[in-house]
Amino acid sequence: MIEWFTMARWSPYIVGAGIGILIWTAFLLSDRPLGCSTAYAKSAGMVESVFSRKKCEQMPYYQKVTPTVDWQWILVIGLIAGAFLSAYLSGTFTILIVPPFFAEAFGTDAILRSAMALAGGVLLGLGARWAGGCTSGHGISGTLQLSLASWVAAICFFAAGIIVAGLIYGFSFI
Amino acid sequence: MACERIRSHSAAQIGLGLVTGFVFGFLLQKGGVTNYDVIIGQLLLTDFTVVKIMLSAIVVGMIGIFLMKSAGLVRLHIARGSWGATVAGGLIFGTGFAVLGYCPGTAAAAFGSGALDALIGMVGIAIGAGIFARLYPALDRSILKKGTFPADTIPEVIGVKPGIVAVGVIVLIIGLLYLLAVAGL
Repeated sequence: MIEWFTMARWSPYIVGAGIGILIWTAFLLSDRPLGCSTAYAKSAGMVESVFSRKKCEQMPYYQKVTPTVDWQWILVIGLIAGAFLSAYLSGTFTILIVPPFFAEAFGTDAILRSAMALAGGVLLGLGARWAGGCTSGHGISGTLQLSLASWVAAICFFAAGIIVAGLIYGFSFI
Repeated sequence: MACERIRSHSAAQIGLGLVTGFVFGFLLQKGGVTNYDVIIGQLLLTDFTVVKIMLSAIVVGMIGIFLMKSAGLVRLHIARGSWGATVAGGLIFGTGFAVLGYCPGTAAAAFGSGALDALIGMVGIAIGAGIFARLYPALDRSILKKGTFPADTIPEVIGVKPGIVAVGVIVLIIGLLYLLAVAGL
């Protein structure tokens, strides 16, 4: 049993099945789909309210997505902790800024990688809120409910992702 | 009903959110999708781990949600999309997905595994979400409602009962997973 927790990788089918079961419990016990991007909007709202609580309360988006600590926000804290425990148990916890594949193509410049990570993050946050969900909220929780918007969103995520990754690294299939 | 009491108990919900996130992060890390190389490999179509995890989650999740729905235990959470919101937002998201190399959930889990570029990405995601919140009133008046989709769900679009569509999608996904395995991807 303990070997399971110290293994570096599990089968993607087992991991996927586990996430599927987690979605059952989220629907049953919390009446929510499993999504991550809302938490980032809440965090942005928390920062806004530090500067001006009144102005933040008046912003229509933060009336919809309240900047409060709740299920949705704390989920991301749990994500960090759970991944840490998994990496720690399997001895794969490694501090890095430049991932190996990126370093192979563009060198080990931490500034370049950081700038790209920040720019990519801004687009992700903007796009996720624009589309109303991310890879988990639309890509898994929404598609499994046969939501039309979620299937369209998931197709757009991957279509743009495949094209832009190809532009960055070269298309492997050409 | 017991579920209703848990759902409306805010302290219990915070505990559940933490546990749910914890298990989700543990699974993502064990699945290898906290690794930039694996996610970029998916977008370059050389490593199909991300798609295998997502499709397996969809199949298992769909079976449970549809059974619980028919037993009256859960309700669905579906929002109507539009060209202006879903397609435009989805393409912006996909671009960011490739540039960062993580998505909002896997970025948090990658940070937990030691990836500091993912932490920078998380800061970027919050900034991007904040920009959206600032732009929201103007966007809502202009682009977000452009080309609203004709229906909420795929069964409504094609006019087939949800249960039948669900079975069809599950069969298609299992077939696709089988083909990926046979192709050695």
